[in-house]
Amino acid sequence: MKVKKYTISVYSENNLGLLNKIATIFLKRHINIESLTVSSSEIEHVSRFIIVVEVTEEQVKKIIGQIEKQVEVIKAYYHTNEECIFLQSALFKIKSSLLFEERQIQNIIKNSNAQIVTVSPEFFVIEKSGRREEIDGLYNELAEYGIMQFVRSGRISVTKDEMKISELLKKQLN
Amino acid sequence: MDTITKSSEKVTNKKNVKITGAEAVVKSLLEEGVSLIYGYPGGAIMPVYDEFFKYEKQLHHVLTRHEQGAVHAAQGYARVSDKVGVAIATSGPGATNLVTGIADAQIDSTPLVCITGQVGSHLLGSDAFQETDIISISTPVTKWNYQITKAEEIPEVMAKAFYIAKSGRPGPVLIDITKDAQFGELEFEYKKCEKVRSYKPVPEMEPGKIEEAAVLINKAERPFIVWGQGLTLGKAEKEFQDFIEKAGIPSASTLLGLSALPSDHELHVGMVGMHGNYAPNKLTNECDVLIAVGMRFDDRVTGNLATYAKQAKIVHFEIDPAEVDKNVKTDVAVLGNVKETLSAILPLIEKKQHKEWMQKFSDLYDIEYNQVIDGQINVSGDGLTMAETMIALNKETKGDAVIVSDVGQHQMVASRYSKFNHGRSKVTSGGLGTMGFALPAAIGAKMGAPEREVVAIIGDGGFQMNIQELGTILQTRVPVKIIVLNNQFLGMVRQWQELFFDGRYASTEMVNPDFVKISEGYGIKARRVTERKELAEAISEMMASKESYFLEVVVEMEENVFPMIPTGSSVSDIRLK
Ligand SMILES: Cc1ncc(C[n+]2csc(CCOP(=O)(O)OP(=O)(O)O)c2C)c(N)n1
Repeated sequence: MKVKKYTISVYSENNLGLLNKIATIFLKRHINIESLTVSSSEIEHVSRFIIVVEVTEEQVKKIIGQIEKQVEVIKAYYHTNEECIFLQSALFKIKSSLLFEERQIQNIIKNSNAQIVTVSPEFFVIEKSGRREEIDGLYNELAEYGIMQFVRSGRISVTKDEMKISELLKKQLN
Repeated sequence: MDTITKSSEKVTNKKNVKITGAEAVVKSLLEEGVSLIYGYPGGAIMPVYDEFFKYEKQLHHVLTRHEQGAVHAAQGYARVSDKVGVAIATSGPGATNLVTGIADAQIDSTPLVCITGQVGSHLLGSDAFQETDIISISTPVTKWNYQITKAEEIPEVMAKAFYIAKSGRPGPVLIDITKDAQFGELEFEYKKCEKVRSYKPVPEMEPGKIEEAAVLINKAERPFIVWGQGLTLGKAEKEFQDFIEKAGIPSASTLLGLSALPSDHELHVGMVGMHGNYAPNKLTNECDVLIAVGMRFDDRVTGNLATYAKQAKIVHFEIDPAEVDKNVKTDVAVLGNVKETLSAILPLIEKKQHKEWMQKFSDLYDIEYNQVIDGQINVSGDGLTMAETMIALNKETKGDAVIVSDVGQHQMVASRYSKFNHGRSKVTSGGLGTMGFALPAAIGAKMGAPEREVVAIIGDGGFQMNIQELGTILQTRVPVKIIVLNNQFLGMVRQWQELFFDGRYASTEMVNPDFVKISEGYGIKARRVTERKELAEAISEMMASKESYFLEVVVEMEENVFPMIPTGSSVSDIRLK
């Protein structure tokens, strides 16, 4: 079976230690997590994990089964790139002098739809949200001039399909 | 003592009256109907132990000689009694000593609540004395775990622990309680847990799947059932028997499923797996519909997956959705509790008999009998065999005893030759294969079913892995019967060395102590048998004893267990020698 990129979404109770439990599931099967984001979701006290992995569909199904087995997990889903809308965020810290000395940098920023978040005498910071390739592209362009610091978040994503978590929760409470 | 607890109980039920977290732990256990608990004290759990002292009339604590012994005893207790086993230990080394038993319970779906003490919450994460992050350590091997840092959390978390341990597919839960939470105070109010929002213990039954399964089963010409422990856990023995009798389907057990169907049932065709019977293994690859009931296609059962029952349609009755398609791809998965799914399918099943197909099983049994069994039970050589010991034991117990076995050759022989008339009679470490399991598990089993005879069958290697639990027998006088089949080898490993490592016996020969003297040192009646003529009489003396009894049977040093499916081979390539 073909290896593909899958985005796993996990809705869970917001409990201490759950990240550890979920990570263990991947560790046990020797599956590398490409990115992981945990945040609150649209429902109060419910957290949402977004985990990106490259595996076969068979593998991802089994992982979903194991994740759903966790007592605190309400529901887990997996999606292909086509089935979700996703992006990640990145911050670039760059020497302020370059902004004035290298005119091209201003063009790069403009063309990439990135934003300048802050400017100080020593450095300025650019924020860019988008698909991984867009961030990679910006990185490559800026790298030529020197990047002082770079950081990129994990993927965040919403699905094109509806996920009826509130309904599910209501049902499970009855 | 009685009046103290009674009056304190009255007081604590009053509003605004506070008790300590430690007392709340004990009261929670009592609320859950726990009357027996296994453990070992230490600094971080002392407040709870102090309460045991106060409540000793209602809650009996068994002091084992090692925390591993405590958790295996709790497992044995749970497996025969259908109750939740409880084990308790202190922080650090006490907690880590529980881990093997917890992992064992997890893979064999045994309901346990394990309680560990923890350093004070202000010390958490500081590498304090006897601090271990048992929550992280136990995460991969528990169904659920939780660290309590505040006394007020105790009743709710304890209630949740019991609910999770026993509901759905059962499993072990670990609750770690900091010392300050044990000392802290709360107003105790207990409500049993009946629901956890995010947790769905039993998947919904799908009528459509039941119909699909029924169609496949009714059409089958050579149907074959493999059942597992799920039948026992789901209390579905009766529903299962009705189902197979109506459909007339030959049925084989996994190691853990043994005893869910009486051994002499006419449709019982033996045990599958690496050292299972010849017919059910061979015919797995000839059936047209394979019906798996409450079993999880462990690799010891399937052998090489690439050649496992490829010709057959697979129907899987299962409570845990994560088990479906995990190892073997199913055609129809019937999710739910087997008690309900089997009841639901029964009316849709046509009454049938599969005479020719059944004949194939008995023909192959004859081959196994002639080539393997006969030679092991009707022995001509000088040395005693494990099989003849089991046959002699069967004669005495008549299939009514609980047989607890350890891990190794004797485990396989005990499973192949024991007769069972009743459910919950076979206790062994299946999934983890933990040597040292049987002695403490037998202690727990006897306490869980005091009215039954409990016989532990143990190898000389495994016996020494938790031999200290003879001390628990000494102190509790629990009348378990122990048979050590002494071949002076780590027999199962030696067999593999003989077959697959050119007979190089690297570190498997054992120089053993005098087991009889050791047992006598622990105040246990003991006897050693080396000759055939003594065997039956010794076993009968053992079974007649009202007290615990230790019997060492000195058996052939280099006997092998056959049939055998070598690792990686197909089930139908099972070897008779
Ligand atoms: C804790 C543990 N360590 C190692 C093993 C590997 N192992 C499996 S069977 C076996 C030999 C058991 O020997 P013995 O208890 O004498 O029983 P026999 O096979 O001779 O009946 C060993 C070492 C194990 N299953 N468990």
